[in-house]
Amino acid sequence: MKTHAATQAISGITPGKIAVWWFLASEVMVFGGLIGSYILARLGSAGWSAEAAHLSAPMAAINTFVLLTSSMTMVMAFAAVEKGNDRGLRTFLLLTILLGVAFLGIKAYEYSSHIMAGFTPSTGPFWSFYYTMTGLHALHVLAGIIINLSLFVMARGRLVNGHRVELAGLYWHFVDVVWIFLFPLLYLT
Amino acid sequence: MTESAPGPAASAHATEVHHGEIGIWRTYIFSTDHKMIGRQYLFLGLFMALVGGFLAYVMRWQLAFPDTAVPGFGFVGPETYNVVVTMHGTTMVFFVAMPILLGAFGNFLIPLMIGARDMAFPRLNMLSFWTLAVGSLVLLSSFVVPGGAASAGWTGYPPLSARSIYTGVTWGLNLWLLAHAIEFASFLMGGVNFLTTAITMRAPGMTFFRLPLVIWQQLTAAILFLLSVGPLIAAAVMLLMDRIAGTSFFVPSGGGDPLLWQHLFWFFGHPEVYVVMLPAVGFVAEVLPVFSRKPLFGYRWIIYSTITAGILSFVVWAHHMFLSGMDPRLAMPFSLTTILISVPFAILVFAMIATLWGGSIQFATPMLYALGFVAMFIVGGLTGIFNGSAPANIQVHATYFVVGHFHYTLLSGIFFGGFAGIYFWFPKMFGRMMNERLGKIHFWLTVIFFNATFFPMHLVGLGGMMRRIANPLQYEFLQSLQPINVFITISAIGLALAQLVFLVNLGWSLVAGRKAERNPWQATTLEWATPSPPPHGNFDALPVVYRGPYEYSSPEASEDWLPQDRLLVARSG
Amino acid sequence: MLRWLPENASTYGGDIDSIIAFIYYVTLTWFVITIGALALFLILYRRREGRRATYIKGDKLSEAAWILIPALIVLLLDLWIDFRGADAWAKVKLRVPPADLRVQVTAKQFNWEIVYPGPDGQFGTPDDLQMDNELHVSVDKVVRIALRSKDVIHSFFLPNLRLKQDIIPGREILAWFQATKPGVYEIPCSELCGFGHSGMLGHLTVHSAEEYQQWVREQWPSEEKTSTRRLAKGDNHR
Repeated sequence: MKTHAATQAISGITPGKIAVWWFLASEVMVFGGLIGSYILARLGSAGWSAEAAHLSAPMAAINTFVLLTSSMTMVMAFAAVEKGNDRGLRTFLLLTILLGVAFLGIKAYEYSSHIMAGFTPSTGPFWSFYYTMTGLHALHVLAGIIINLSLFVMARGRLVNGHRVELAGLYWHFVDVVWIFLFPLLYLT
Repeated sequence: MTESAPGPAASAHATEVHHGEIGIWRTYIFSTDHKMIGRQYLFLGLFMALVGGFLAYVMRWQLAFPDTAVPGFGFVGPETYNVVVTMHGTTMVFFVAMPILLGAFGNFLIPLMIGARDMAFPRLNMLSFWTLAVGSLVLLSSFVVPGGAASAGWTGYPPLSARSIYTGVTWGLNLWLLAHAIEFASFLMGGVNFLTTAITMRAPGMTFFRLPLVIWQQLTAAILFLLSVGPLIAAAVMLLMDRIAGTSFFVPSGGGDPLLWQHLFWFFGHPEVYVVMLPAVGFVAEVLPVFSRKPLFGYRWIIYSTITAGILSFVVWAHHMFLSGMDPRLAMPFSLTTILISVPFAILVFAMIATLWGGSIQFATPMLYALGFVAMFIVGGLTGIFNGSAPANIQVHATYFVVGHFHYTLLSGIFFGGFAGIYFWFPKMFGRMMNERLGKIHFWLTVIFFNATFFPMHLVGLGGMMRRIANPLQYEFLQSLQPINVFITISAIGLALAQLVFLVNLGWSLVAGRKAERNPWQATTLEWATPSPPPHGNFDALPVVYRGPYEYSSPEASEDWLPQDRLLVARSG
Repeated sequence: MLRWLPENASTYGGDIDSIIAFIYYVTLTWFVITIGALALFLILYRRREGRRATYIKGDKLSEAAWILIPALIVLLLDLWIDFRGADAWAKVKLRVPPADLRVQVTAKQFNWEIVYPGPDGQFGTPDDLQMDNELHVSVDKVVRIALRSKDVIHSFFLPNLRLKQDIIPGREILAWFQATKPGVYEIPCSELCGFGHSGMLGHLTVHSAEEYQQWVREQWPSEEKTSTRRLAKGDNHR
């Protein structure tokens, strides 16, 4: 079921893809604004690495692995639907969703252990940035999970085409890439 | 540029839907037709203009006659004054100028001018309008919450805005931030729609360099907004965290930096003023050729200048911050980039004037407004040089000189450019003609009162009158300037009353205006090839484009206009 | 338009005013030329029966030269304005001369708290004196001001001295001036700082040299080094 606009695509660059890329460009500027502010603020002050030492780099490394794997399963979901493999599509979409939920779960565990140790957003500037950046990212992960869940539900009724999975995949990869920046900036410095 | 070539299957998709079949709700309220959505944006913007205009009236009355009751409002205390100043700016920039110039005209014109049946994503389009409507409601609701509406200026500088204790405003500022977030989401959706539509849905033969300038300006504005709003969204999230989560991104006592907000805000803020300006430039660039009956002069140069100005707009932001406490050495590079940005705009102005040379000029109302734009924009642009030079900025920063400057530049866009657009495209939007005599009266009243209101602001600004003060008489050095403040206020009231002429014209023309033909202005661009107003699906058969958009008085035709989609017999276009 | 500027009473005020004047004459010239051309074309090229408009598109360089060469002139004039401006800016904001008098000004909602170091010239000593909203200096002396804020952003503005500097809480920003004429000048706040922003006002009194000595003697009577009268609150900054 292609949209009207999709029929007017030139050489595979569909309107949907153009739209998602422009949207992602604006999202890059949002996270860029936050990350840039963090970097500048950090360069201008001392003691942040001491605060960052309270974070668990191993746990975040696991989370990074989780997210990277979920990007892989997303690609495999797209490959499956292109081959007409509905079962594969649903399997890999479900895996992607579960991995996303796992990411959020680990994040929630991190947050609660920080808070119990007394590190809240208002504890200091490092923590303000940490919670805001990872929190905004987590909201984006949640949005991605919801999108993938909708695709999963629609796939049961055979309402999903490869194009939509591809677009959702673009967004999901972007969310992954943002985390690739956040992880070293927050946990490894 | 390659030509886009949608196949013949596209024209078979003529989505003619009769109103009777889909009912009032789907026709007028939840329409996915870009033309209806454009009209919705127009009326929403005009309504919010009444709100913003009323706030301006309250502000001006208090300034001219301090501590007297404002008729229709009451006494204005100092907290109230700060609310009025703040909400006037926020409303006008985000809920009037952008909805009308981008939302209304962009939506209405883009598919028509590129030869498409609708936007690429009609349902997303509908969602973008209703998102803005919700955002407008959120903003208006902030007036009635405990603590009142936001009062930290439309720029919302922290720490004043970051801690409620400094303003006494609690929910008002949170709702203010929320309204911005919703409005940003709306325009992001719209911008993505505009860009995708223009890139993928142009009619056969409509290459990029045959697009009317309106489209170029809408696209540039969309790109500028998409790429500049991110940092402000980040800043708004941080400010909200400061307000409700106890963080101190911008509060020094907690380790934060107030200047971080200013950098993020103005990184967006400067491209934003071009987001508002460029659509109006586009309207004027459409109207001038039509009523001079000759091509727009330097079409390509105007496009290159527009793109240059757009790129430069990302590297001038700190000219709002020369005196902010940032390293003073930064003033030099930013002065340089700022002064450079006058070059593309100079090219633009010169090209518009050159369009008139050798023309056959008719002074219809749209043309009067287009000419008014050129003149007012020249004044606004020139006064910008005073602001952009760092030492001159010392004296004029945060005074009424700046207020005069940005009203000349922004209102040349929204008033003169906007009205040029409204009068010009009204026949196409509503199928009727506006009253020409009332239009001319509206123009002359507006141009006289506009200059009477805003030019003297430069004078009191040079005299040292600060922005955002509620009572100039509290200062001895401003006492002698008070008669000018009174003059400005009276002129402003005149300007507001002059708009009644427009409202009467609008209302009357909507119901009883003379029915408009397809092409009352004998213009060449594609929207004039459709009925007035166009039906769902716009075109009977999708047009094919053979030439650029400004072929007036062409030697290839005996008439003084040659439409973009007319195939010339025995000649290729 | 230039006569609307308040009277200048500072050494670098002349530099700033001359930049403003330079810009004024350049922009006035452009205004006359462009509006003049606009008006001229509107008159000359009104629609007339039997006359067809000239079909010229301006894409060719020979035609576009008519707009590109003026734009080049705009660029050159802009650069001239900028280079002259750089000198003035450096003089005011970058090259701070050695101070004859020093004061600390701490802005707060909605007052200027002014602290004088007293005859010993040191801040944080018992002879510091705090006055709210009253700044007293001597004519022809370089006055260095350490600007701080206790709460929100304020802006220290002396229209007659062509001095304006935003004050950011959490840091100290230096400003300076050298007054050329005795008189009393107002010090408004020029950055929105809350409901009391309008009316937040101080006064600068520029004394002649003798009057200034008189004022100093009045504030710090030499016998009363340990007097409790108007003893400073000390260094009351964060």
